[in-house]
Amino acid sequence: MTAESVHESTRPMPAVPADGSAPGPHGTRLLSGWFTTGRAADLTDHLDRYGPLPLDRARRGHASPLINAVEEAGLTGRGGAAFPTARKLQAVADGRGAAVVVANAMESEPASAKDATLLELAPHLVLDGIALAARAVGAREAHLCVARTRQHQVHELHAALAERERRRVDPLPVRLHELPHHYVSSEESALVRWLNGGDARPLSTPPRPFEKGVGKRPTLIDNVETLAHLALIARYGPAWYREAGTPDAPGTTLVTLGGAVRHPGVYEAPMGAPIGRLLAHGGGPSEPLSAVLVGGFFGSWLPAEQALPTPFTKQDLAALGAGPGAGVLVALPQRACGLAETASVLAFLARNGAQQCGPCRFGLPAVAEDFAALAFGRLDPDGLRRLERRVGLLAGRGACRHPDGASRFAATALRTFAADVERHLHHGPCPAVHHEPVLHVPTGSVPGPDEWR
Amino acid sequence: MALTRSNEQSLRLDRIACEGHGACAELLPELLSLDEWGFPIVHSATVPPELAAHARRAVAACPVLALRLERARP
Ligand SMILES: Cc1cc2nc3c(=O)[nH]c(=O)nc-3n(C[C@H](O)[C@H](O)[C@H](O)COP(=O)(O)O)c2cc1C
Ligand code: SF4
Repeated sequence: MTAESVHESTRPMPAVPADGSAPGPHGTRLLSGWFTTGRAADLTDHLDRYGPLPLDRARRGHASPLINAVEEAGLTGRGGAAFPTARKLQAVADGRGAAVVVANAMESEPASAKDATLLELAPHLVLDGIALAARAVGAREAHLCVARTRQHQVHELHAALAERERRRVDPLPVRLHELPHHYVSSEESALVRWLNGGDARPLSTPPRPFEKGVGKRPTLIDNVETLAHLALIARYGPAWYREAGTPDAPGTTLVTLGGAVRHPGVYEAPMGAPIGRLLAHGGGPSEPLSAVLVGGFFGSWLPAEQALPTPFTKQDLAALGAGPGAGVLVALPQRACGLAETASVLAFLARNGAQQCGPCRFGLPAVAEDFAALAFGRLDPDGLRRLERRVGLLAGRGACRHPDGASRFAATALRTFAADVERHLHHGPCPAVHHEPVLHVPTGSVPGPDEWR
Repeated sequence: MALTRSNEQSLRLDRIACEGHGACAELLPELLSLDEWGFPIVHSATVPPELAAHARRAVAACPVLALRLERARP
C-alpha cells in the first residue's frame, strides 16, 4: 500500500486537537503514523505521537472508565463476528478470579492482510490495547498469538516487545506464541486449546472462553485491530471515536480490497460507508464488475449492483445475508466465473476443517466435490438439488462455525451466480473457467494429525 | 420465562465427540434424524415432557457419551 493510493473520495475527518489524536489524511487513525512518516512506527515514534499508556483509565470492574468508554464508542470486534467489544470485556471482568487476555493476530483469512499491515506499521497500538484490556478485565496473563508461518512478523514483534520491556512500558509481560497455521487454528477455542497445551483445533462449547478459557480462567479473546481501536478510545474517548463512521456503525475500520480494483491493498475507512465508496479507496473498479465478495472466504457473494450502494454495517449486510467479517472486499470482474472461484474456495475450506465433526469430515468435502462438478465438469439437475440440500445441512452442525461459513459462501454463490448455474448445467463449463482465478486460494492438503500442535 | 416450562429439558450434542453411530436418532426420531453419513440433525433441542423418557434412552444409547440432557436454560 502507498499513501498515494488512498483515493480522494474518502470522507474527510473533522478537525481534532493536535495532541496526537490528529488523524492522518482521509480520516485514517490506526494508520495515521504511516501517512505522516511513511515508515513503521517504532516505540519512540509511537510515544511521541500518542503519549504514555493511559493505564489509570483502565481500572477493573463495573465502574471501569475504559469499559464504559468502549461501550459508548460502540466498538465491535474486527475478527469476524462484529460482536460488541464492551460486552465481552465486562463478561470477562465479572468472571471469577484473575483473567487472561489473548490477542488474535492469526489472520487465517487468505484474502485479508489488514492484521499483518497493522502489526507491521503500528505494532505498539496493538500492544497498548493488550495492556489496557488486561488492566480493565483484571488479567494476570497476556498472550499474543501469531501464525508460525510468518517468521518476519514474529521477529518484528519480538523486537517490539523487547523494546517495551526495556523501557518498562507494560505492567504485564505479553507472551508471543507461534501457532500452526490452518484456517480454523485461529478460531478462539482453538487458541485456548493450544495455549492449554493441546492441538490448535476448536473445542466444543460451552463453556465459552469468556467463562472458562486459558488455565480455566475467564479469557478475553480479541482481534488485534479491535485492541488497537481500544487503545485509541482509551486516549481520546468515545465522542472522538464516533466522529468517524455512522451512528449505528461508528469509527473507522481496516479493509482489504482485492480483485478488480485499481490499487488492491489495505485501507482504513469510515465504518458504514457504502461498499462502492470503500472500493473507491483503492481507486474503484478497474473493469465492469459482476459481484463483490464481502467478508472473505468466511463471507458472502453479493451481486455488484446490490453490494455497491449497501452501507458497510452489520445490520445492512445482515439484511442481505452477509456480514462485515474481517473487512475483506473482493471485486469480481464480469469476465471471471464466479462458480469456478467458489469451487476453489470450497475445496480450500474442505481441506482446512479440523476433521473433528461430521460436517467437516463428510458434508463439506461432498459440497466441494459437487461444486467442482458444477463449475468445471458436469452436474445434472438432481446433482444441483443434492448440492443445495447438502449446503443447507452444513450450518449449525459443527462445534465451531467453520461449516456455517462454508455453507453461507456456497449458498450466496448459488444465488448470486444463478444465471451461470443454469448455463453450466445446460452447456457445461463456460470459457472463463480457464482464466487465471481472481481469488488467490492457498494450495496444500488436509493437515495431518500431528500438524495441529 | 413461564413457570410451566421449568421442567423442560434440552439436548446438547458434543459435535466433536459424536462419531455418527446413529443410535440416538433411532430412539428419538421426533427430535433427531441423521444425515446421509449418519450424523445427527437436531430438529428441536427442547425436549417436551412427554418425550423425556425417550430422550433419556437416546442419551444412554450413545456409545461415546456425545449426547446429554440438560435443564433448559431460561
Ligand atoms: C474458522 C474461524 C476462523 C477464525 N479466524 C480468525 C482469525 O484469523 N483472526 C481473528 O481475529 N478471528 C478469527 N476468528 C474469530 C475468533 O473466533 C474470535 O471471534 C475473534 O478473534 C474475537 O475477536 P473480536 O471480538 O475482536 O472480533 C475465526 C473464527 C472462525 C469460526
Ligand atoms: S466444525 Fe470443523 S473446524 Fe469446527 S470444530 Fe468441528 S471439525 Fe473442527
